Amino acid sequence: MTNLTSFTIADARDKLAKKEFTALELTNAHIAAMEKAKALNAFITPTPDIARARAKESDARLQAGKAGALEGIPLGIKDLFCTEGVQTTAASHILEGFVPQYESTVSQKLRDAGSVMLGKLNLDEFAMGSSNQTSYFGPVKSPWKAKSLADDLVPGGSSGGSAAAVSGYLAMGATGTDTGGSIRQPAAFCGIVGVKPTYGRCSRWGVVAFASSLDQAGPMTRTVRDAAIMLKVMCGHDAKDSTSALLPVPDFEAALGKGVKGLRIGIPKEYRPDGLNGEVAALWDKGIQWMKDAGATIVDISLPHTSSALPTYYIVAPAEASSNLARYDGVRYGQRVEGKSLDEMYGKTRAAGFGTEVKRRILIGTYVLSAGYYDAYYLKAQKVRALIAKDFTDAFEKVDAILTPTAPTAAFGLNDKQDDPVAMYLNDVFTVPASLAGIPGASVPAGLNSDGLPLGLQVLTKRWDEETLFRVCQVIEDAAQFPFLKVPA
Amino acid sequence: MSLDKATIRRVATLARIEVPDAELEATATKLSGILSWIAQLSEVNTDDVLPMSGGTDLKLPWRADVINDGGIVDKVLANAPEAQDGFFSVPKVVE
Repeated sequence: MTNLTSFTIADARDKLAKKEFTALELTNAHIAAMEKAKALNAFITPTPDIARARAKESDARLQAGKAGALEGIPLGIKDLFCTEGVQTTAASHILEGFVPQYESTVSQKLRDAGSVMLGKLNLDEFAMGSSNQTSYFGPVKSPWKAKSLADDLVPGGSSGGSAAAVSGYLAMGATGTDTGGSIRQPAAFCGIVGVKPTYGRCSRWGVVAFASSLDQAGPMTRTVRDAAIMLKVMCGHDAKDSTSALLPVPDFEAALGKGVKGLRIGIPKEYRPDGLNGEVAALWDKGIQWMKDAGATIVDISLPHTSSALPTYYIVAPAEASSNLARYDGVRYGQRVEGKSLDEMYGKTRAAGFGTEVKRRILIGTYVLSAGYYDAYYLKAQKVRALIAKDFTDAFEKVDAILTPTAPTAAFGLNDKQDDPVAMYLNDVFTVPASLAGIPGASVPAGLNSDGLPLGLQVLTKRWDEETLFRVCQVIEDAAQFPFLKVPA
Repeated sequence: MSLDKATIRRVATLARIEVPDAELEATATKLSGILSWIAQLSEVNTDDVLPMSGGTDLKLPWRADVINDGGIVDKVLANAPEAQDGFFSVPKVVE
């Protein structure tokens, strides 16, 4: 019998409707896969009992002809989304044992659509990282292996557990969050599709905040169609998040299949710096050819402030993080370390509760916001951010979409010595500009390098134009015929 | 851009994160490295540029200024490390 974990969301949706198998059978197949793949450390908190209970409810609704858009589909939820009655940690010691009394809007919408939560997925602590190595609960291993390296590989980050679970067939899809590339880069490293929608498409309510002006939730799946199905459910205005858009949510799935004939695709010269990895550059060229073959017009464009994006991000994001993470003080939730005074209790609690990278970013953020430095750092960064956003606005006068590589390299080894924070930050060089501009971006698996590792291509469009985004992504998917991992026996 | 130990101590106090004296030097080195990399932004001309302070281009919606939640003391306190008589409890603040 075919392993039920091998199906796409779209296929499983149809087969569940035709009663070829039950939601409980589908969920049990995924729970068995999670058990076998424990070594990947993709889940911080598996929730098999909740999954089985919800699968049974799904079967009842399927029987009654009341199926939702994701009825019976087993999904993983990044452990940054608060889930009622289920521990939510943000992969930090400081939140260990925190059990939310409420459900995030996005996970509630997924639940209301009938999906089945398999568990809470591992990530970099507070979503700060590009390799999933900063998790208090240990790193995630990618299901992929390099030909040349016996070591395990990182899945990317921060949504590393999500990427590993979906590429390794432990979940049909997963939620991710993207602040500077945290959906797109791990999707590229693990050979799956990851979509960061326009800032404001998804409610941030109940999602543990990192940098509020950048954070966006999005789907991570094995196909472009699955991402479109999942994203539609996740989007929509929420009175509890004033930055969530009061705009109608398009039927993203309906945009698929329209192709790119007549579209103008921009190729930004700043994304091809001297020394760009040759295989990444070659894959990008291949992508450009696929666009031409499908009838699109290629337009050379310039995004002149690209090189300023990473330093801008590393002022804006830590500044917002230092403010957002002030709430972890040992008073209302999470871990507390006692002290003689209130201040001492705060200082000890936060010293013990946060990991090295999180503390580093809080300190940077505190510094750039402190008296005497605010104008030189934070205000300056906000102005440069405006210039970066304007680069994209100008570009979208001339083009309908932009095509770039997602990441400058393929996945690296879990044991690679990585002591220089700035070197690690460079992983996000191609994803951060779109985050700062608030525009939608997606990574689609496009090929393997000579070491047998996935490489992704990134598609960007203007705000609120995810439909064009999905059209371009599907053309890449169709042309690439990406060699996915085999379903584990 | 180079930070000294006194600056790290001041920032750590502002951030309410205890940094042991033994770690001040190493923290200063790492943060200085990041800040000197960030300093390249000073070369970007931002004359007459308005700062971008949020992620959206939409006008934020208004809502009625009414109480629309509450009466859930047990839920609010459910995760408190220490709670007493319906309040969060902390070390003594006023002598």
